[in-house]
Amino acid sequence: MKILTLNFLTCARKTCKSSPAAFPLHPRDAELEIVETEFNALFIQNILPRVEWDALKGLCTELGLTNVPPEAPEPKELFDTSIKSAGIDEKEKEPTQLTRDLHNLLLETTIQSGKLVCGNCGHEYAIKEGIANFLLPSHMV
Amino acid sequence: MDYLVRFVQVHESFRRAELEALADLHNIKLDVVNYQSNYPYCLVRLQSEAAARLLISRSILGQGIYELWGIGTSYEELHEDVRRRSGHKWSEFRTCSFRFSVVGFQYKMKTSEQRKIIESFSYLDFEGPIVMANADTEFFVFQEHDLSVEIPRMLYLCRFIANSDRDVITKYDLKKRHYISTTSMDSELALVTANMAQAAPGKMFFDPFVGTGSFPIACAHFGARSIGSDIDGRSIRGKPTCNLMSNFTQYALTGRWLDGFVSDLTNTPLRLDRVLDGIVCDPPYGVREGLKVLGTKDGSGTEAVYIDGKLAHLQEGYIPPKRPYSFEAMLDDILDFAARTLVDSGRLAMWMPTANDEDVEFAIPTHECLEIVSICVQPFNKWSRRLLTYRRLGGVAVPAATKTSKRSNGTGIHADDLNSFRKKVRDCAALYSNGILTR
Repeated sequence: MKILTLNFLTCARKTCKSSPAAFPLHPRDAELEIVETEFNALFIQNILPRVEWDALKGLCTELGLTNVPPEAPEPKELFDTSIKSAGIDEKEKEPTQLTRDLHNLLLETTIQSGKLVCGNCGHEYAIKEGIANFLLPSHMV
Repeated sequence: MDYLVRFVQVHESFRRAELEALADLHNIKLDVVNYQSNYPYCLVRLQSEAAARLLISRSILGQGIYELWGIGTSYEELHEDVRRRSGHKWSEFRTCSFRFSVVGFQYKMKTSEQRKIIESFSYLDFEGPIVMANADTEFFVFQEHDLSVEIPRMLYLCRFIANSDRDVITKYDLKKRHYISTTSMDSELALVTANMAQAAPGKMFFDPFVGTGSFPIACAHFGARSIGSDIDGRSIRGKPTCNLMSNFTQYALTGRWLDGFVSDLTNTPLRLDRVLDGIVCDPPYGVREGLKVLGTKDGSGTEAVYIDGKLAHLQEGYIPPKRPYSFEAMLDDILDFAARTLVDSGRLAMWMPTANDEDVEFAIPTHECLEIVSICVQPFNKWSRRLLTYRRLGGVAVPAATKTSKRSNGTGIHADDLNSFRKKVRDCAALYSNGILTR
Protein backbone atom coordinates (compact mmCIF):
# COMPACT_ATOMS: atom_id res chain seq x y z
CA MET A 1 0.00 0.00 0.00
CA LYS A 2 1.39 3.33 -1.08
CA ILE A 3 1.85 6.29 1.26
CA LEU A 4 -0.41 8.30 -1.06
CA THR A 5 -3.28 5.80 -0.71
CA LEU A 6 -2.91 5.90 3.08
CA ASN A 7 -3.56 9.63 2.93
CA PHE A 8 -7.00 8.90 1.50
CA LEU A 9 -8.00 6.27 4.08
CA THR A 10 -9.72 6.53 7.43
CA CYS A 11 -11.31 3.97 9.71
CA ALA A 12 -14.08 2.07 7.89
CA ARG A 13 -16.48 2.21 10.83
CA LYS A 14 -19.35 4.63 10.34
CA THR A 15 -19.12 5.76 13.96
CA CYS A 16 -15.48 6.80 13.41
CA LYS A 17 -16.02 8.77 10.16
CA SER A 18 -16.81 12.01 11.97
CA SER A 19 -14.00 11.70 14.49
CA PRO A 20 -10.78 13.59 13.71
CA ALA A 21 -8.84 10.89 15.60
CA ALA A 22 -9.78 8.29 12.95
CA PHE A 23 -7.59 9.96 10.32
CA PRO A 24 -4.92 9.13 9.45
CA LEU A 25 -4.68 5.48 10.43
CA HIS A 26 -1.55 4.66 12.39
CA PRO A 27 0.80 2.05 10.96
CA ARG A 28 2.10 -0.62 13.31
CA ASP A 29 4.82 -3.23 12.64
CA ALA A 30 5.02 -1.84 9.12
CA GLU A 31 7.45 -3.40 6.68
CA LEU A 32 8.38 -0.83 4.05
CA GLU A 33 9.55 -1.48 0.55
CA ILE A 34 10.49 0.81 -2.32
CA VAL A 35 8.75 -0.23 -5.53
CA GLU A 36 9.87 1.81 -8.51
CA THR A 37 7.11 3.14 -10.66
CA GLU A 38 6.48 5.37 -13.67
CA PHE A 39 7.08 9.06 -12.88
CA ASN A 40 4.39 11.51 -13.89
CA ALA A 41 4.78 15.10 -12.76
CA LEU A 42 1.27 16.01 -13.89
CA PHE A 43 -0.19 13.44 -11.51
CA ILE A 44 1.86 14.83 -8.60
CA GLN A 45 0.71 18.33 -9.49
CA ASN A 46 -2.96 17.32 -9.61
CA ILE A 47 -2.90 15.18 -6.50
CA LEU A 48 -0.93 17.50 -4.25
CA PRO A 49 -3.83 19.83 -3.30
CA ARG A 50 -5.86 16.77 -2.27
CA VAL A 51 -3.20 15.47 0.14
CA GLU A 52 -3.79 16.27 3.82
CA TRP A 53 -0.29 17.49 4.59
CA ASP A 54 -0.36 17.31 8.39
CA ALA A 55 -1.61 13.74 8.22
CA LEU A 56 1.16 12.90 5.77
CA LYS A 57 3.82 14.42 8.05
CA GLY A 58 2.46 12.54 11.07
CA LEU A 59 2.39 9.27 9.19
CA CYS A 60 5.94 9.68 7.90
CA THR A 61 7.22 10.48 11.40
CA GLU A 62 5.61 7.28 12.66
CA LEU A 63 7.21 5.32 9.83
CA GLY A 64 10.60 6.95 10.41
CA LEU A 65 10.65 8.70 7.04
CA THR A 66 12.35 12.05 7.30
CA ASN A 67 12.26 13.46 3.77
CA VAL A 68 8.92 15.27 4.10
CA PRO A 69 8.83 19.05 3.57
CA PRO A 70 7.33 20.80 6.64
CA GLU A 71 4.76 22.63 4.52
CA ALA A 72 2.82 21.43 1.47
CA PRO A 73 4.81 22.56 -1.58
CA GLU A 74 3.36 25.31 -3.76
CA PRO A 75 2.47 24.35 -7.34
CA LYS A 76 5.22 26.64 -8.66
CA GLU A 77 7.86 24.66 -6.76
CA LEU A 78 7.10 21.55 -8.77
CA PHE A 79 8.51 22.78 -12.06
CA ASP A 80 11.78 24.43 -12.89
CA THR A 81 11.02 27.96 -13.95
CA SER A 82 14.63 29.15 -14.15
CA ILE A 83 14.93 28.22 -17.82
CA LYS A 84 12.73 31.04 -18.94
CA SER A 85 11.99 30.72 -22.58
CA ALA A 86 8.76 31.89 -24.07
CA GLY A 87 6.61 29.33 -25.84
CA ILE A 88 7.64 26.36 -23.72
CA ASP A 89 4.78 23.93 -23.65
CA GLU A 90 3.07 23.09 -20.34
CA LYS A 91 4.01 19.47 -20.93
CA GLU A 92 7.68 20.19 -21.53
CA LYS A 93 8.29 21.97 -18.24
CA GLU A 94 11.12 20.35 -16.34
CA PRO A 95 10.01 18.86 -12.98
CA THR A 96 12.18 19.77 -10.00
CA GLN A 97 14.00 17.39 -7.67
CA LEU A 98 11.26 18.14 -5.13
CA THR A 99 8.66 16.63 -7.49
CA ARG A 100 10.80 13.52 -7.91
CA ASP A 101 11.21 13.24 -4.14
CA LEU A 102 7.46 13.54 -3.69
CA HIS A 103 6.97 10.83 -6.31
CA ASN A 104 9.39 8.62 -4.43
CA LEU A 105 7.63 9.24 -1.12
CA LEU A 106 4.00 9.10 -2.22
CA LEU A 107 4.07 6.49 -4.97
CA GLU A 108 7.18 4.37 -4.52
CA THR A 109 7.26 3.91 -0.75
CA THR A 110 4.88 1.09 0.09
CA ILE A 111 3.84 -0.83 3.18
CA GLN A 112 4.14 -4.51 2.33
CA SER A 113 2.83 -5.87 5.59
CA GLY A 114 1.76 -4.66 8.99
CA LYS A 115 -1.29 -3.18 10.62
CA LEU A 116 -3.24 0.05 10.42
CA VAL A 117 -4.76 1.18 13.69
CA CYS A 118 -7.65 3.61 14.13
CA GLY A 119 -6.82 6.35 16.61
CA ASN A 120 -10.46 6.60 17.65
CA CYS A 121 -11.71 3.06 18.21
CA GLY A 122 -8.42 1.19 18.24
CA HIS A 123 -9.50 -1.33 15.59
CA GLU A 124 -6.64 -2.92 13.68
CA TYR A 125 -6.69 -3.54 9.93
CA ALA A 126 -4.16 -6.01 8.55
CA ILE A 127 -2.00 -5.38 5.49
CA LYS A 128 -0.70 -8.50 3.77
CA GLU A 129 1.34 -8.53 0.57
CA GLY A 130 0.57 -4.85 0.20
CA ILE A 131 -3.21 -5.35 0.27
CA ALA A 132 -5.13 -4.00 3.26
CA ASN A 133 -8.28 -5.60 4.54
CA PHE A 134 -10.97 -3.18 5.74
CA LEU A 135 -13.78 -5.67 6.28
CA LEU A 136 -15.42 -5.33 9.68
CA PRO A 137 -16.90 -7.97 11.98
CA SER A 138 -20.67 -7.72 12.38
CA HIS A 139 -20.61 -6.01 15.78
CA MET A 140 -18.71 -3.07 14.28
CA VAL A 141 -20.98 -2.52 11.26
CA MET B 1 -15.59 23.06 -41.26
CA ASP B 2 -17.66 19.95 -41.79
CA TYR B 3 -16.24 16.55 -40.99
CA LEU B 4 -17.62 13.07 -41.21
CA VAL B 5 -17.19 10.64 -38.34
CA ARG B 6 -17.45 7.03 -39.41
CA PHE B 7 -18.82 4.94 -36.57
CA VAL B 8 -18.91 1.19 -36.16
CA GLN B 9 -22.38 -0.25 -36.37
CA VAL B 10 -22.40 -1.70 -32.82
CA HIS B 11 -23.39 -0.25 -29.45
CA GLU B 12 -25.30 2.43 -31.36
CA SER B 13 -26.63 4.27 -28.33
CA PHE B 14 -23.09 4.74 -26.95
CA ARG B 15 -21.55 6.32 -30.04
CA ARG B 16 -22.70 9.90 -29.85
CA ALA B 17 -22.29 9.98 -26.06
CA GLU B 18 -18.68 8.82 -26.39
CA LEU B 19 -17.91 11.44 -29.02
CA GLU B 20 -19.42 14.19 -26.86
CA ALA B 21 -17.53 13.00 -23.77
CA LEU B 22 -14.26 13.19 -25.74
CA ALA B 23 -15.08 16.64 -27.14
CA ASP B 24 -15.74 17.85 -23.60
CA LEU B 25 -12.51 16.26 -22.33
CA HIS B 26 -10.40 17.93 -25.02
CA ASN B 27 -12.30 21.23 -24.89
CA ILE B 28 -13.29 20.86 -28.52
CA LYS B 29 -16.35 22.70 -29.76
CA LEU B 30 -18.44 19.99 -31.37
CA ASP B 31 -21.67 20.56 -33.29
CA VAL B 32 -23.39 17.41 -34.43
CA VAL B 33 -25.07 18.42 -37.68
CA ASN B 34 -26.62 15.11 -38.58
CA TYR B 35 -26.59 11.84 -36.68
CA GLN B 36 -28.90 8.88 -36.82
CA SER B 37 -28.36 5.77 -34.76
CA ASN B 38 -29.09 3.36 -37.60
CA TYR B 39 -26.40 4.73 -39.93
CA PRO B 40 -22.63 4.79 -39.44
CA TYR B 41 -21.92 8.28 -40.82
CA CYS B 42 -22.23 11.28 -38.56
CA LEU B 43 -21.79 14.81 -39.85
CA VAL B 44 -20.10 17.17 -37.38
CA ARG B 45 -18.81 20.74 -37.42
CA LEU B 46 -15.38 21.38 -35.89
CA GLN B 47 -12.97 24.30 -35.72
CA SER B 48 -10.00 22.66 -37.44
CA GLU B 49 -8.40 19.52 -38.77
CA ALA B 50 -6.28 19.39 -35.61
CA ALA B 51 -9.46 19.30 -33.52
CA ALA B 52 -10.77 16.48 -35.72
CA ARG B 53 -7.60 14.44 -35.17
CA LEU B 54 -7.71 15.03 -31.42
CA LEU B 55 -11.39 14.18 -31.19
CA ILE B 56 -11.06 10.81 -32.88
CA SER B 57 -7.65 9.93 -31.39
CA ARG B 58 -9.00 7.92 -28.46
CA SER B 59 -12.44 7.05 -29.71
CA ILE B 60 -13.41 3.38 -29.51
CA LEU B 61 -16.75 3.40 -31.31
CA GLY B 62 -15.58 5.69 -34.09
CA GLN B 63 -13.50 4.17 -36.88
CA GLY B 64 -12.11 7.33 -38.34
CA ILE B 65 -12.71 10.96 -39.21
CA TYR B 66 -12.85 12.50 -42.69
CA GLU B 67 -13.03 15.96 -44.18
CA LEU B 68 -16.32 16.37 -46.03
CA TRP B 69 -15.87 17.29 -49.69
CA GLY B 70 -19.42 16.76 -50.80
CA ILE B 71 -22.76 15.29 -49.88
CA GLY B 72 -25.87 14.38 -51.88
CA THR B 73 -28.72 11.96 -52.32
CA SER B 74 -27.75 11.22 -55.94
CA TYR B 75 -24.44 11.34 -57.85
CA GLU B 76 -25.58 14.47 -59.76
CA GLU B 77 -26.25 16.20 -56.45
CA LEU B 78 -22.98 14.93 -54.98
CA HIS B 79 -20.86 16.15 -57.93
CA GLU B 80 -22.54 19.53 -57.78
CA ASP B 81 -21.91 19.79 -54.03
CA VAL B 82 -18.25 18.70 -54.44
CA ARG B 83 -17.70 21.51 -56.97
CA ARG B 84 -19.32 24.08 -54.73
CA ARG B 85 -17.98 22.94 -51.37
CA SER B 86 -14.41 21.86 -52.09
CA GLY B 87 -13.46 23.36 -55.47
CA HIS B 88 -10.88 25.59 -53.75
CA LYS B 89 -9.11 22.58 -52.22
CA TRP B 90 -8.49 20.57 -55.39
CA SER B 91 -5.26 22.28 -56.35
CA GLU B 92 -3.72 21.51 -52.95
CA PHE B 93 -3.87 17.79 -53.73
CA ARG B 94 -3.10 17.96 -57.44
CA THR B 95 0.34 16.41 -57.36
CA CYS B 96 0.45 14.16 -54.28
CA SER B 97 -0.06 10.41 -54.52
CA PHE B 98 -3.60 9.35 -53.81
CA ARG B 99 -6.05 6.52 -53.54
CA PHE B 100 -9.79 6.40 -54.13
CA SER B 101 -12.10 3.89 -52.45
CA VAL B 102 -15.82 3.30 -52.64
CA VAL B 103 -17.48 1.88 -49.54
CA GLY B 104 -21.08 0.75 -49.46
CA PHE B 105 -23.13 0.52 -46.30
CA GLN B 106 -25.73 -2.27 -46.49
CA TYR B 107 -24.85 -2.55 -50.17
CA LYS B 108 -22.36 -4.61 -52.16
CA MET B 109 -20.78 -3.29 -55.35
CA LYS B 110 -19.04 -5.00 -58.22
CA THR B 111 -15.53 -3.80 -59.02
CA SER B 112 -16.76 -2.51 -62.36
CA GLU B 113 -19.42 -0.42 -60.62
CA GLN B 114 -16.83 0.97 -58.20
CA ARG B 115 -14.52 1.86 -61.07
CA LYS B 116 -17.34 3.73 -62.81
CA ILE B 117 -18.03 5.75 -59.66
CA ILE B 118 -14.35 6.58 -59.16
CA GLU B 119 -13.97 7.64 -62.79
CA SER B 120 -16.95 9.95 -62.47
CA PHE B 121 -14.76 12.12 -60.21
CA SER B 122 -12.14 12.63 -62.94
CA TYR B 123 -12.99 16.38 -63.01
CA LEU B 124 -11.02 16.71 -59.73
CA ASP B 125 -8.09 16.55 -62.13
CA PHE B 126 -5.52 14.94 -59.81
CA GLU B 127 -2.21 14.39 -61.55
CA GLY B 128 -0.35 12.56 -58.77
CA PRO B 129 0.35 8.82 -58.92
CA ILE B 130 -2.36 6.43 -57.83
CA VAL B 131 -1.01 4.08 -55.15
CA MET B 132 -2.80 1.41 -53.18
CA ALA B 133 -0.63 1.47 -50.04
CA ASN B 134 0.59 4.48 -48.06
CA ALA B 135 -0.82 7.09 -50.38
CA ASP B 136 -0.33 10.72 -49.34
CA THR B 137 -4.06 11.28 -49.44
CA GLU B 138 -6.98 8.92 -49.40
CA PHE B 139 -10.42 9.73 -50.71
CA PHE B 140 -13.55 7.80 -49.90
CA VAL B 141 -16.94 7.67 -51.50
CA PHE B 142 -19.40 6.44 -48.90
CA GLN B 143 -22.60 5.09 -50.35
CA GLU B 144 -25.24 4.66 -47.66
CA HIS B 145 -28.24 2.44 -48.31
CA ASP B 146 -31.27 1.41 -46.35
CA LEU B 147 -31.38 -2.35 -45.95
CA SER B 148 -32.19 -4.10 -49.25
CA VAL B 149 -32.89 -0.85 -51.10
CA GLU B 150 -31.08 -0.42 -54.43
CA ILE B 151 -31.13 3.36 -54.52
CA PRO B 152 -28.65 5.01 -52.16
CA ARG B 153 -29.97 7.03 -49.26
CA MET B 154 -26.98 9.34 -48.99
CA LEU B 155 -23.63 9.78 -50.73
CA TYR B 156 -20.49 11.39 -49.36
CA LEU B 157 -17.10 12.26 -50.81
CA CYS B 158 -14.48 12.67 -48.10
CA ARG B 159 -10.78 13.04 -47.53
CA PHE B 160 -9.36 10.72 -44.87
CA ILE B 161 -7.86 12.48 -41.85
CA ALA B 162 -7.25 9.99 -39.04
CA ASN B 163 -8.17 6.65 -37.59
CA SER B 164 -9.55 6.12 -34.11
CA ASP B 165 -8.02 4.12 -31.24
CA ARG B 166 -10.27 1.18 -32.00
CA ASP B 167 -7.40 -1.23 -32.68
CA VAL B 168 -6.56 -1.37 -28.97
CA ILE B 169 -9.66 -3.47 -28.35
CA THR B 170 -7.69 -6.50 -29.51
CA LYS B 171 -4.74 -5.57 -27.31
CA TYR B 172 -6.95 -5.72 -24.21
CA ASP B 173 -9.04 -8.66 -25.42
CA LEU B 174 -10.19 -10.77 -22.46
CA LYS B 175 -9.23 -13.95 -24.34
CA LYS B 176 -5.61 -12.91 -24.15
CA ARG B 177 -5.72 -11.50 -20.61
CA HIS B 178 -4.11 -13.79 -18.05
CA TYR B 179 -6.39 -13.02 -15.12
CA ILE B 180 -10.14 -12.65 -15.60
CA SER B 181 -13.33 -13.79 -13.89
CA THR B 182 -16.87 -14.66 -15.00
CA THR B 183 -18.03 -11.04 -14.91
CA SER B 184 -15.01 -9.19 -16.35
CA MET B 185 -16.15 -6.39 -18.66
CA ASP B 186 -15.17 -6.93 -22.30
CA SER B 187 -12.37 -4.69 -23.46
CA GLU B 188 -14.42 -2.63 -25.91
CA LEU B 189 -17.04 -1.55 -23.38
CA ALA B 190 -14.48 -1.12 -20.61
CA LEU B 191 -12.57 1.31 -22.85
CA VAL B 192 -15.82 3.10 -23.78
CA THR B 193 -16.63 3.40 -20.06
CA ALA B 194 -13.21 4.94 -19.42
CA ASN B 195 -13.89 7.42 -22.24
CA MET B 196 -17.29 8.35 -20.79
CA ALA B 197 -15.65 8.99 -17.43
CA GLN B 198 -12.90 11.00 -19.20
CA ALA B 199 -9.93 9.05 -17.84
CA ALA B 200 -6.76 10.97 -18.74
CA PRO B 201 -3.14 11.50 -17.66
CA GLY B 202 -2.75 13.00 -14.19
CA LYS B 203 -6.18 11.90 -12.99
CA MET B 204 -7.05 9.63 -10.10
CA PHE B 205 -9.82 7.07 -10.56
CA PHE B 206 -11.58 4.62 -8.28
CA ASP B 207 -13.46 1.39 -8.92
CA PRO B 208 -15.36 0.18 -5.83
CA PHE B 209 -16.13 -3.24 -7.39
CA VAL B 210 -12.75 -3.78 -8.99
CA GLY B 211 -12.86 -7.57 -9.42
CA THR B 212 -10.06 -8.44 -11.83
CA GLY B 213 -9.51 -4.80 -12.81
CA SER B 214 -11.12 -4.44 -16.25
CA PHE B 215 -12.00 -0.78 -15.67
CA PRO B 216 -8.74 0.36 -14.06
CA ILE B 217 -6.86 -1.27 -16.96
CA ALA B 218 -8.98 0.64 -19.49
CA CYS B 219 -8.45 3.88 -17.52
CA ALA B 220 -4.72 3.16 -17.38
CA HIS B 221 -4.65 2.83 -21.16
CA PHE B 222 -5.81 6.44 -21.34
CA GLY B 223 -3.23 7.54 -18.75
CA ALA B 224 -5.25 7.71 -15.52
CA ARG B 225 -4.14 6.09 -12.27
CA SER B 226 -6.58 4.05 -10.27
CA ILE B 227 -7.28 2.57 -6.90
CA GLY B 228 -9.76 -0.23 -6.54
CA SER B 229 -11.56 -2.09 -3.83
CA ASP B 230 -13.67 -5.21 -3.67
CA ILE B 231 -15.52 -6.95 -0.87
CA ASP B 232 -13.98 -10.21 -2.06
CA GLY B 233 -10.24 -10.05 -1.39
CA ARG B 234 -9.59 -13.18 -3.41
CA SER B 235 -10.21 -11.32 -6.66
CA ILE B 236 -7.55 -8.72 -5.82
CA ARG B 237 -5.01 -11.15 -4.40
CA GLY B 238 -5.50 -13.90 -7.00
CA LYS B 239 -2.57 -16.30 -7.10
CA PRO B 240 1.09 -15.40 -6.68
CA THR B 241 1.76 -15.18 -10.42
CA CYS B 242 -1.73 -14.39 -11.64
CA ASN B 243 -3.55 -11.53 -9.98
CA LEU B 244 -4.84 -8.02 -10.48
CA MET B 245 -1.33 -6.58 -10.49
CA SER B 246 -0.10 -9.11 -13.06
CA ASN B 247 -2.76 -7.85 -15.48
CA PHE B 248 -1.14 -4.42 -15.35
CA THR B 249 2.26 -6.04 -15.80
CA GLN B 250 0.98 -7.85 -18.89
CA TYR B 251 0.16 -4.50 -20.53
CA ALA B 252 3.20 -2.67 -19.11
CA LEU B 253 0.92 -0.31 -17.19
CA THR B 254 2.08 -1.13 -13.64
CA GLY B 255 2.76 2.53 -12.82
CA ARG B 256 -0.90 3.35 -13.29
CA TRP B 257 -2.21 0.95 -10.68
CA LEU B 258 -2.03 2.63 -7.29
CA ASP B 259 -3.53 0.20 -4.80
CA GLY B 260 -6.20 -2.39 -4.26
CA PHE B 261 -7.76 -3.01 -0.88
CA VAL B 262 -10.53 -5.19 0.50
CA SER B 263 -13.58 -3.23 1.58
CA ASP B 264 -17.32 -2.84 1.32
CA LEU B 265 -18.74 0.34 -0.24
CA THR B 266 -21.32 0.71 2.52
CA ASN B 267 -18.47 0.75 5.06
CA THR B 268 -15.76 2.34 2.95
CA PRO B 269 -12.44 3.35 4.46
CA LEU B 270 -12.00 6.12 1.89
CA ARG B 271 -11.87 9.61 3.31
CA LEU B 272 -15.11 11.27 2.17
CA ASP B 273 -13.46 14.33 0.65
CA ARG B 274 -13.48 15.60 -2.89
CA VAL B 275 -10.38 13.71 -4.04
CA LEU B 276 -11.41 11.56 -7.04
CA ASP B 277 -11.45 12.61 -10.70
CA GLY B 278 -13.59 9.71 -11.74
CA ILE B 279 -15.43 6.62 -10.56
CA VAL B 280 -16.05 3.71 -12.91
CA CYS B 281 -17.94 0.65 -11.82
CA ASP B 282 -20.07 -2.30 -12.74
CA PRO B 283 -21.82 -3.11 -9.47
CA PRO B 284 -22.80 -6.73 -8.82
CA TYR B 285 -26.35 -7.23 -10.09
CA GLY B 286 -26.91 -10.03 -7.62
CA VAL B 287 -27.50 -12.73 -10.24
CA ARG B 288 -24.22 -14.26 -11.33
CA GLU B 289 -22.36 -12.77 -8.40
CA GLY B 290 -23.86 -12.17 -4.98
CA LEU B 291 -24.70 -8.65 -3.90
CA LYS B 292 -23.60 -8.55 -0.31
CA VAL B 293 -22.51 -6.07 2.30
CA LEU B 294 -21.06 -6.47 5.76
CA GLY B 295 -23.43 -7.50 8.55
CA THR B 296 -25.68 -10.42 9.43
CA LYS B 297 -29.04 -11.36 7.86
CA ASP B 298 -30.95 -11.47 11.14
CA GLY B 299 -29.17 -8.61 12.88
CA SER B 300 -27.40 -10.98 15.28
CA GLY B 301 -23.71 -10.81 16.06
CA THR B 302 -23.81 -7.52 17.91
CA GLU B 303 -21.23 -8.72 20.42
CA ALA B 304 -17.57 -9.41 19.80
CA VAL B 305 -16.76 -13.10 19.57
CA TYR B 306 -13.85 -14.61 21.48
CA ILE B 307 -12.12 -17.84 20.57
CA ASP B 308 -9.85 -19.21 23.30
CA GLY B 309 -9.97 -15.84 25.01
CA LYS B 310 -8.83 -13.95 21.90
CA LEU B 311 -10.91 -11.66 19.71
CA ALA B 312 -12.01 -13.80 16.78
CA HIS B 313 -11.99 -10.97 14.24
CA LEU B 314 -8.31 -10.26 14.82
CA GLN B 315 -7.28 -13.85 14.11
CA GLU B 316 -5.72 -15.12 10.92
CA GLY B 317 -8.28 -16.37 8.41
CA TYR B 318 -11.27 -14.62 9.99
CA ILE B 319 -14.14 -14.17 7.52
CA PRO B 320 -16.62 -11.46 8.50
CA PRO B 321 -20.31 -12.29 8.04
CA LYS B 322 -22.10 -10.76 5.06
CA ARG B 323 -25.75 -10.23 4.26
CA PRO B 324 -27.65 -9.75 0.99
CA TYR B 325 -28.41 -6.17 0.05
CA SER B 326 -30.85 -4.38 -2.21
CA PHE B 327 -29.56 -3.38 -5.63
CA GLU B 328 -31.51 -0.12 -5.59
CA ALA B 329 -30.05 0.78 -2.22
CA MET B 330 -26.57 0.00 -3.56
CA LEU B 331 -27.12 2.36 -6.51
CA ASP B 332 -28.15 5.13 -4.12
CA ASP B 333 -25.07 4.41 -2.00
CA ILE B 334 -22.83 4.68 -5.07
CA LEU B 335 -24.35 8.03 -6.06
CA ASP B 336 -24.04 9.36 -2.54
CA PHE B 337 -20.43 8.19 -2.39
CA ALA B 338 -19.71 9.80 -5.78
CA ALA B 339 -21.27 13.11 -4.69
CA ARG B 340 -18.99 13.17 -1.65
CA THR B 341 -15.74 12.11 -3.29
CA LEU B 342 -15.72 13.47 -6.88
CA VAL B 343 -14.07 16.78 -7.66
CA ASP B 344 -16.13 19.39 -9.52
CA SER B 345 -16.92 18.06 -13.03
CA GLY B 346 -15.56 14.67 -11.99
CA ARG B 347 -17.49 11.84 -13.58
CA LEU B 348 -19.20 8.66 -12.47
CA ALA B 349 -19.71 5.99 -15.14
CA MET B 350 -21.81 3.16 -13.80
CA TRP B 351 -23.50 0.12 -15.31
CA MET B 352 -26.92 -1.06 -14.23
CA PRO B 353 -29.18 -3.82 -15.53
CA THR B 354 -32.82 -3.55 -16.48
CA ALA B 355 -35.28 -6.22 -17.55
CA ASN B 356 -36.39 -5.72 -21.15
CA ASP B 357 -40.14 -5.83 -20.60
CA GLU B 358 -40.08 -3.50 -17.65
CA ASP B 359 -37.78 -0.90 -19.11
CA VAL B 360 -39.58 1.88 -17.30
CA GLU B 361 -39.67 0.08 -13.98
CA PHE B 362 -36.03 0.40 -13.07
CA ALA B 363 -35.84 4.11 -12.43
CA ILE B 364 -32.56 5.79 -13.17
CA PRO B 365 -31.11 6.83 -9.83
CA THR B 366 -30.59 10.54 -9.35
CA HIS B 367 -28.76 12.77 -6.92
CA GLU B 368 -28.97 16.53 -6.43
CA CYS B 369 -25.19 16.93 -6.76
CA LEU B 370 -24.91 14.84 -9.93
CA GLU B 371 -26.07 15.72 -13.41
CA ILE B 372 -26.90 12.90 -15.80
CA VAL B 373 -24.71 13.28 -18.88
CA SER B 374 -25.73 10.24 -20.88
CA ILE B 375 -27.72 7.03 -20.73
CA CYS B 376 -26.59 4.28 -23.08
CA VAL B 377 -28.31 0.93 -23.50
CA GLN B 378 -26.78 -2.41 -24.40
CA PRO B 379 -29.66 -4.76 -25.27
CA PHE B 380 -29.34 -8.51 -24.80
CA ASN B 381 -31.83 -11.19 -25.66
CA LYS B 382 -33.85 -11.30 -22.46
CA TRP B 383 -32.54 -8.27 -20.66
CA SER B 384 -30.47 -5.19 -21.19
CA ARG B 385 -28.08 -3.07 -19.25
CA ARG B 386 -27.32 0.62 -19.24
CA LEU B 387 -24.23 2.68 -18.83
CA LEU B 388 -25.10 5.79 -16.84
CA THR B 389 -22.71 8.71 -16.85
CA TYR B 390 -22.98 11.48 -14.27
CA ARG B 391 -21.06 14.70 -13.79
CA ARG B 392 -20.41 16.20 -10.34
CA LEU B 393 -21.91 19.68 -10.28
CA GLY B 394 -19.82 22.47 -8.86
CA GLY B 395 -20.95 24.53 -5.90
CA VAL B 396 -23.52 22.06 -4.57
CA ALA B 397 -22.87 20.68 -1.11
CA VAL B 398 -24.05 17.18 -0.22
CA PRO B 399 -27.17 17.57 1.93
CA ALA B 400 -26.66 15.96 5.32
CA ALA B 401 -29.92 14.02 5.06
CA THR B 402 -29.16 12.06 1.88
CA LYS B 403 -27.44 9.34 3.85
CA THR B 404 -30.85 7.88 4.72
CA SER B 405 -31.73 6.15 1.48
CA LYS B 406 -34.91 7.12 -0.34
CA ARG B 407 -35.80 3.51 -0.99
CA SER B 408 -35.91 0.52 1.30
CA ASN B 409 -32.42 0.51 2.68
CA GLY B 410 -31.91 -3.19 2.25
CA THR B 411 -33.27 -4.60 5.46
CA GLY B 412 -35.01 -7.64 3.90
CA ILE B 413 -33.59 -11.06 4.56
CA HIS B 414 -33.58 -12.94 1.26
CA ALA B 415 -31.73 -11.84 -1.86
CA ASP B 416 -34.88 -12.19 -4.01
CA ASP B 417 -36.90 -9.84 -1.77
CA LEU B 418 -34.19 -7.24 -2.00
CA ASN B 419 -33.46 -7.31 -5.66
CA SER B 420 -36.26 -7.14 -8.19
CA PHE B 421 -33.87 -7.70 -11.09
CA ARG B 422 -32.55 -10.90 -9.60
CA LYS B 423 -36.12 -12.05 -8.92
CA LYS B 424 -37.13 -11.30 -12.51
CA VAL B 425 -34.24 -13.32 -13.92
CA ARG B 426 -34.92 -16.24 -11.62
CA ASP B 427 -38.69 -16.23 -12.26
CA CYS B 428 -37.99 -16.19 -15.95
CA ALA B 429 -35.56 -19.11 -15.66
CA ALA B 430 -38.19 -21.07 -13.71
CA LEU B 431 -40.76 -20.55 -16.47
CA TYR B 432 -38.31 -21.91 -19.02
CA SER B 433 -37.40 -24.95 -16.97
CA ASN B 434 -41.10 -25.73 -16.38
CA GLY B 435 -41.71 -25.62 -20.11
CA ILE B 436 -44.14 -22.70 -19.83
CA LEU B 437 -41.90 -20.51 -22.00
CA THR B 438 -39.74 -21.70 -24.87
CA ARG B 439 -36.61 -20.04 -26.13
